[in-house]
Amino acid sequence: MPVAPLVSGDDMSKTKRRIDVYAMTWRLPIILWQALFFVGPIAFMIAMSFFLVKNYRMTEAFEFVNWQRMFSRGFFWDSYWHTLFIASLSTVCAMCLAFPAAYMLAFRASENTRRMAIFLLILPFFSSYLVRTFSWFVILAESGVVNAMLGWIGLGPYTMLNTTFGTLVGYMTLTLPLVVILQTLSMANIDKTLVEAAHNLGCKPFETIWRVVIPLAKTGLIIAAVFCFILSFGDFVAPFYLGGSQDPTLPILIIDTTKSGQQWPRAAVVAIVMMLTLFAVAAAGIGLAYRKGSSR
Amino acid sequence: MSDKTSKRGHLNRRDILRAGGGVLLSTPFVSRAWAQTTEINMLAWYGHAEPDMVAAFEAANNVKFVPKYYAGGDNMLALIAQSPPGTYDLILSDGEFVQQLNAAGYIQEMDAADYPFEDMIYDDFTKFPGHWDGDKLYSMILRGGHLGVSYNKNAMTAEEASSYEGFWKPELKGKVGHFDWHLPSLGMMSLKNGNGARLFDLDDAQWQAVQATTMTLRPQVGGFFDYGGTFNGLKNGEMQAMVGIGDWITGVLERDGAPVASVIPKEGGIQWTESYSIGVGTEKEAIVKEFIRYMMSPVGQVKSAQMLAYPGFCVTKGGRALLNEVDRAEATRTGQVDGMPNDPITLLEEGRIHYRDVPKQQTLEDWNDFWSEYKNA
Repeated sequence: MPVAPLVSGDDMSKTKRRIDVYAMTWRLPIILWQALFFVGPIAFMIAMSFFLVKNYRMTEAFEFVNWQRMFSRGFFWDSYWHTLFIASLSTVCAMCLAFPAAYMLAFRASENTRRMAIFLLILPFFSSYLVRTFSWFVILAESGVVNAMLGWIGLGPYTMLNTTFGTLVGYMTLTLPLVVILQTLSMANIDKTLVEAAHNLGCKPFETIWRVVIPLAKTGLIIAAVFCFILSFGDFVAPFYLGGSQDPTLPILIIDTTKSGQQWPRAAVVAIVMMLTLFAVAAAGIGLAYRKGSSR
Repeated sequence: MSDKTSKRGHLNRRDILRAGGGVLLSTPFVSRAWAQTTEINMLAWYGHAEPDMVAAFEAANNVKFVPKYYAGGDNMLALIAQSPPGTYDLILSDGEFVQQLNAAGYIQEMDAADYPFEDMIYDDFTKFPGHWDGDKLYSMILRGGHLGVSYNKNAMTAEEASSYEGFWKPELKGKVGHFDWHLPSLGMMSLKNGNGARLFDLDDAQWQAVQATTMTLRPQVGGFFDYGGTFNGLKNGEMQAMVGIGDWITGVLERDGAPVASVIPKEGGIQWTESYSIGVGTEKEAIVKEFIRYMMSPVGQVKSAQMLAYPGFCVTKGGRALLNEVDRAEATRTGQVDGMPNDPITLLEEGRIHYRDVPKQQTLEDWNDFWSEYKNA
């Protein structure tokens, strides 16, 4: 016997429409937010890259002169490759330094210890990054704490400020806590029995890490690396204050460009190139992280 | 107050109501008095609207300075360009940028009779280049200072510092810093190349030569710094010589006992100057004029010479005389004593000092592009 539908077709479409409106109402704030504070500014920045500066004032135009000028300058490409290199180096350093700590927290520490450690790792974010960076002056200066300690064993003094090393220290200050947290969380979610099974089947510790832990935590590890790269690539504070602006990075080039002649349109070109690079790196990272067969 | 209150020593409800009413009734008078405080919007380098400079004038005239600080003439021009007329009542500018301020119509004509031109310590200051358009005055010179070789006395001898060659001293490799602004740094390289008074008026060959000379210094360079970074670098010994600065930074450190100094080398030095202009569209012209007059008075000139953020030379005879009277140590330290060999006016008269300027035959962009290349080298 045919059963009459409980809701007629008309009613269903009304319900669906109602649901859509309901859903839209909830989605609206985030759409508005993104439009106002993300899409809008980016669109303006792209438009601005075609503007001209006359008498220190931006005038609306549609000229490619800023793009041509920046792309034809050797210093732009030098800064670009250097920024790419040093952000990659920062990512490798942060990932390597964070991994042992994250591994211990994920597999060896008790639940309480892990919770406390994550809380302590969040603490630095409560203070200003600039202040934390300035504190390195006292530690890394030639008359600073590190060189004083090295002096006790007859070493040094070494120049650490105003070098690439100084810049890397700044990058680590910014990124390391976050990378440890992300790595810890991704490894803490691994099924421990799989690790135990690997041990039981004769897998050596390093082999277990390489063939079991890393593949299972791949997604989280890649996300951590991507975050580290993004933060390092766009950071102005570390290369300027701890690196002494030597080998200027793209953020420093943006400042230089705006300082002299208020060339915001040319700075916009640099910013767009930076954003495109970050989009490409993030897309590649996410693609790799969620590739078939990947895990957490 | 009732007897009851005074006996008990505390307020009853009626007293509180009465007092409250009194406060309420007096509010309009309080707010009116508050409203009478005139706000003067000042666009200036850091330090010019700090209490050591303006507090006495504020108290005496019931005004309040609201500063907008900038770093560099470009930055200043941009801030004005992006603000509606009348935003800034008082503009403190580097001397070489006054002409551009005037050309763009951002500053108004001033009455020369209001200011002590007869008391100027040096003739050039009475008709300072760019401050006048014909017979019309647009800016009043306030102070100045010299840029030369700034160095740590433990790392360089006075003789080594007497030439820009000192920056190339092998022992200073990685210890020479740059103030991160192309004008003074490249100006010094131009002086080293022997361009003298035409240090900013370079033909193509001279400009190429300046770039080549600058590039040879790159291996010596340990960093490029802003104001704070320059201070730190010299103070903690990370940098032992600094290109592009002068006593305006080392003077502050010297006051604190740091073993640093600035000298004018034999190739010559660069003079920076700062001047006051009155913004177009201001409604506070009268009080702004009074402030400029105050700063040009001996008392104001001494304040400027002792400014905590960075010291500057007096430009009036009255200012110098009072400085010698009230702060002989600072006057001696900066050579502002008649007869001293490093007297800034003597150096000017001897032609060893040249006014900072903008490039004459190249654009600022050309200089900035080279600066970026240099930093990347």
